[in-house]
Amino acid sequence: MTGRLEADLRVAGRVDAAFTAEPGEVLAVIGPNGAGKSTLLHALAGLVDVDGHALLGGTDVLRLPVRERRVGLVFQGQLLFPHLSALDNVAFGLRARGEKRATADAVARDWLERFGIADLAARRPRELSGGQAQRVAIARALATDPDVLLLDEPFTGLDVSVQMALRIELGRHLRDFPGIALLVTHDAIDALTLADRVLVLDEGRVAQVGPPAEVAAEPRTSHVARLVGLNLVADGEELMAFTPDAVVVSLAEPEGSSRLHWHGRIGTLAPHGDAVRLLVHASPDLLADVTPAAATELGLVPGREVWLSAKATAVSRYGARDGADPTGR
Amino acid sequence: MRDRLGRPPALLMVPAALAALLLLVPLVAMVASTSWRQLPDHLTSSAALDALRLSLVTSTIAIAFCLVLGLPLAWLLARVDFRGRGALRALVTVPLVLPPVVAGVALRSAFGRTGVVGAPLLEWTGFAFPFTTYGVVLAHVFVSMPFVVIAIEGALRSADPRYDDAAATLGATRWTTFRRVTVPLALPGVVAGTVLGWARSLGEFGATITFNGNYPGRTQTMPTLIYVTRQADQDAALSLSLVMLVVSIGVLVALRDHWLGTP
Repeated sequence: MTGRLEADLRVAGRVDAAFTAEPGEVLAVIGPNGAGKSTLLHALAGLVDVDGHALLGGTDVLRLPVRERRVGLVFQGQLLFPHLSALDNVAFGLRARGEKRATADAVARDWLERFGIADLAARRPRELSGGQAQRVAIARALATDPDVLLLDEPFTGLDVSVQMALRIELGRHLRDFPGIALLVTHDAIDALTLADRVLVLDEGRVAQVGPPAEVAAEPRTSHVARLVGLNLVADGEELMAFTPDAVVVSLAEPEGSSRLHWHGRIGTLAPHGDAVRLLVHASPDLLADVTPAAATELGLVPGREVWLSAKATAVSRYGARDGADPTGR
Repeated sequence: MRDRLGRPPALLMVPAALAALLLLVPLVAMVASTSWRQLPDHLTSSAALDALRLSLVTSTIAIAFCLVLGLPLAWLLARVDFRGRGALRALVTVPLVLPPVVAGVALRSAFGRTGVVGAPLLEWTGFAFPFTTYGVVLAHVFVSMPFVVIAIEGALRSADPRYDDAAATLGATRWTTFRRVTVPLALPGVVAGTVLGWARSLGEFGATITFNGNYPGRTQTMPTLIYVTRQADQDAALSLSLVMLVVSIGVLVALRDHWLGTP
């Protein structure tokens, strides 16, 4: 019914991104702060000026007024109408589209039930907890039966335990959702658990698109590498990724291939599981895990200059740009 | 506070006290010199009752017009970006600073029997505003509108426009958004603006008497009655003034807790 989304969006100074998404698919959008993630969603929703196109089943939604786009946006910070009850918030979209009050209320109540908050129907937003308000916000967007659901950092600002519960719940709703879902997040867990594919935005451009496992294993941006806890080093046309526990720390320059040797000053030390994780300011910054015994023996303290080396067998090498069109699947 | 930051300086405290006294003393003096024995007679005279009724009716109708016309104008100024918005906003404030007598003269030029709009109106319909109760309402609308528009525009501006965005993504037209989101969110400001405008309208004197004269039962409102009564009977004027004071304070007190937001 919906059809696939083929988007090529340009927001001056913010975003220049082309991508596609299929009905039923959840596309996670990740990237550092200021990468243009929210702007990308707002462009699709029609809240910022944008050039390009966004074909949805052949219709360019960018040419439609906001209210005709059938694009549901869950705002960062929810933006529930403070003067309306939870039920009226969820029913708002249906009533705005001309549904009778009784019908709209029935559908809204059904959505609140699906989110397990039917007993909160009469409450105003200020009487809801963060997690409850976020459920109402998602229900409000879904109640209008959108073709595209846009979620802008839906777990930000919530307690960790609430995040966990809501993530599982949202996953269930997204599996049932027949349309296209775009999920902006800065959390690798969201991308890995909820998304079918991950789109990495960097300075407004698409840096990488692929299945979560692939993006996590072969990141192309330092941001994603950091999110998944990998070291990422550019080597000519290739990228090298390796885990912090594959790094050997020594005080003298090691032997072997100098391509896998780095020199730098220790920035921070922090416990990490059974090990001690070092952040070393080499070029680029690298993470290294050592045993507490080794850390003591080598006298590793912030400011100390060390050599790092990685075992060639533990390094995964891949092209910095794959030949495939990043807009393709 | 006083202890931490030091004593408030006399240089500020003395003028502040003087300002407060200046505002308070005339009101207290007025209440003190009111002749309580004669008060019932003064207030039940037919001229007083007529004027009070006319004042309440005309200012209430005027404020209804101010809302119906002014709320959309305030919305336009607050939410729609167009060329000349700054000029229009400046125009709205002009009646605010205009001497009311001048407003009356200006209304004459427009809606008088020979006025720019008044002359053709008289020719086509046989109706003319001056010296009628309609003329009183018109004058009240003219002088009160700026209060209403400016207060409401301020309230609309301070309401987060992203709620309008949210409503649009949910499929609402701008009219639905205005009705169900924008105005309800700005409601305290809308009510405050309405009360201000109504109070201004109730006290309107200069423009009304210039435009409509002073005909008992038709164009004589409380302020005009007080003015003409004062020349003959000081005590009666005091009694009538007291009524206006009570009405004004009553409105402020009734609405303060609910809407005006000041403790």
